[in-house]
Amino acid sequence: MKNSLRKITRGTGLSAAVLGVSALVLAGCGAPPAEDTNDAGAAGEANPDYLGCIVSDSGGFDDRSFNQSSYEGLTQAQEDLGIEINEAQSQSETDFGPNVDSMVSNGCNMIVTVGFLLADTTKASAEANPDTHFTIIDDNSIELPNVKPIIYDTAQAAFLAGYAAAATTESGKVATYGGINIPTVTIFMDGFAEGVAYFNEENGEEVELLGWDKESQNGTFVGNFEDTAAGKTNTQNFINEGADIIMPVAGPVGAGTLDAVVEANADGRDVKAVWVDSDGFLTANSGQEFILTSVMKLMGEAVEDVVSSDLDGNFDSTPYVGTLENGGVALAPFHDQEANVPADLQGTLDDLREQIISGEITVDSTASPQ
Amino acid sequence: MSPQEDRPVPDNAEPKDDGGGSPTRRQARATARQDEVRQENEVETAGGEIPPPAAPVSAASRTTDEASEASLLERVMTGNALVAFLSVVLSLIIGGLLIALTDPEVARTSSYFLGRPQDLLGAAWSAASGAYIALFQGSIINFEADSFSRMIYPLTQTLTVATPLICAGLGVALAFRAGLFNIGAQGQILIGATFAAWVGFTLHLPVGLHLLLVILAGVVGGALWGGLVGLLKARTGAHEVILTIMFNYIATNLVLYLLTTPGFQRPGSTNPISPQLDSTAVYPLLLGSQFRLHWGFVVAVVATVFVWWLLNRSTVGFELRAVGANPSAARTAGINVNRGYMVAMAVAGGLAGLAGVAQVAGTERVLTSGVAASFGFDAITVALLGRSSPWGTFAAGLLFGAFRAGGVTMQASTGTSIDIVLVVQSLIVLFIAAPPLIRALFRLPAPGAPRSQRRGRSTNRTSASTGAAA
Repeated sequence: MKNSLRKITRGTGLSAAVLGVSALVLAGCGAPPAEDTNDAGAAGEANPDYLGCIVSDSGGFDDRSFNQSSYEGLTQAQEDLGIEINEAQSQSETDFGPNVDSMVSNGCNMIVTVGFLLADTTKASAEANPDTHFTIIDDNSIELPNVKPIIYDTAQAAFLAGYAAAATTESGKVATYGGINIPTVTIFMDGFAEGVAYFNEENGEEVELLGWDKESQNGTFVGNFEDTAAGKTNTQNFINEGADIIMPVAGPVGAGTLDAVVEANADGRDVKAVWVDSDGFLTANSGQEFILTSVMKLMGEAVEDVVSSDLDGNFDSTPYVGTLENGGVALAPFHDQEANVPADLQGTLDDLREQIISGEITVDSTASPQ
Repeated sequence: MSPQEDRPVPDNAEPKDDGGGSPTRRQARATARQDEVRQENEVETAGGEIPPPAAPVSAASRTTDEASEASLLERVMTGNALVAFLSVVLSLIIGGLLIALTDPEVARTSSYFLGRPQDLLGAAWSAASGAYIALFQGSIINFEADSFSRMIYPLTQTLTVATPLICAGLGVALAFRAGLFNIGAQGQILIGATFAAWVGFTLHLPVGLHLLLVILAGVVGGALWGGLVGLLKARTGAHEVILTIMFNYIATNLVLYLLTTPGFQRPGSTNPISPQLDSTAVYPLLLGSQFRLHWGFVVAVVATVFVWWLLNRSTVGFELRAVGANPSAARTAGINVNRGYMVAMAVAGGLAGLAGVAQVAGTERVLTSGVAASFGFDAITVALLGRSSPWGTFAAGLLFGAFRAGGVTMQASTGTSIDIVLVVQSLIVLFIAAPPLIRALFRLPAPGAPRSQRRGRSTNRTSASTGAAA
């Protein structure tokens, strides 16, 4: 009985194995035609020899922030210029080295690395591979002939947003908070604070800014770029303290602010949000009607420009600094909020913009590109 | 006498027995000593094959004498190796299906599946096989490379990534063996890395001495962080799971804070990233500059041997295992359970600190808030997968290292999402952690069944267990 039992188990095990193998063999039979159709699909592009690559930082390409914008710039270049693209998403900081390395060995012509955390990796790889061109976003520490830094003087556009918010507020209180206290975040908050201060100075008003103290460089932070619930709580706290315009500088966490703003408006309060990075009116999933304006950092365009000039053989390593002047940063239109802002505000903002470009007004932030 | 004084307080009771004790106490201690001797003899006959007592997975519950009676086939069929192998195969198949399902070409061809089914099947096959070939090329050997060094580069990459996983995994495994669920490897890695990095970029010392100090600082940092948990558990009875989880939070936010202070930032920058470690403070590369593999891997191998020796050949290790098997029995046998907790957590922390050193002095060479990646949590899986044995953990660390290294290539050259790699990883662990599932799927005999049939005893249990397995 013992033996027969063992035979049975052996038999079923064997048949399972045979089944498995035959399934694999069957699946293998179908392979050749698919490869043919694969090849057929990849014809007819303008620059199929040019491989543009991108490595994200740990935020991933769906962060609704700089990784996503840069990635969209590259996909736009793929559409417009017909280049091939390749991407590697980093799960954590330990992936940076291997990811950049695998891009180099895949034969990329241009590798875009997103974020200052990738600076060391980019520098090492650029030194080892002088023929490969690199573009690094939000970092200006590398001085190599084959690395082009893309950085932004975001404070200029944030200044305009601060002025617009101060001019529009009815409660006399506006607020901002950040994801993590790092320069690429605080530069928004510094500019916003400057704009509010400038409005007060010019008009003799006392609009108060909650959530950021430019002097001490300290304020309200969520502590990460993921916790949407904390963003919502922060915003509700600000609303309870009397603020009626809130600017979250925390990537996807800003969705929590929009939630809170939508709820507050449903309760009959008049509260608005200022979006960052992209035009929130066009990119947000809900609550866009309550977005007063957006501080835009047009990374996609910059990335596409760099790729395009590299294609033409005009690559250079001079840092690209996005400013109001070259359109790298900008203030989004008011869209639905047009009716709620003072009539002369747009005119004043246009003047301010000119004055910042001409250098008449300087917006300084410790985080500004030097 | 007040009611409070009447109540027996354990803290007061302890010192009382130190000073002689009552006759019954003395008797108890004598029996305890006998128990200890007996237990020791049992260990000897078992030839060091005692299953990990506190580890959640304990399918390996066969002792040597029983195993030797079983036929080779039976051992293979019911053994862990086969279950592990089938788990890997099964999860690769399911992972392959997932890769195929998420492939755009498959989605396209599925629209005319009935007209030309071979297109869909072909696309699915090429998506899945392409991804797995990339995974293999990225983790073992890249047979398309033009030079030998590029060919074995993936293998060295696997070993590099495995290094911190092995070190931290050993720490978790060791704590498991002492009956402690050490969820705190993440925090211990971070603190170890912080200590090591600080020594690495602040002090400027000669070659050799500097690296030695960096390693020492990392181990001390991790051991402090782990030992503190052991101390709190021993002194207050607080549960180590809660303690280690909270210590992870403390460590993460402490490092975030430290990186905002000038002492941990680069001069002239306010970015939360530390200066690079001195060249004297980092592990030398093991195979030259084309490879990232560093001497930290050798340290990991040494650590594995050390843990094996500690657990299986030393008195301390015996005490730890006894504490893990049954703290009450260990206490009765005269083993200081509290000291066992502290030693286990301190050594576990030190091993995790070694993983931190592997990061800051091996691959990253800077301290950032993400320097520990998710190694501390992966280490728990690695220890479970390795069934809390030192060499099992080593092997599981290599497997995970291979997945991490290969995942990069899989993503870069085939466009498969890195998340799918993680799904496959998780499936493997899921199947290995649930051996009855694999046995049921492949109709393997349960480990208990043949034995009890052969001996013809405890018939009730036999039918129950075969019933459960079938």
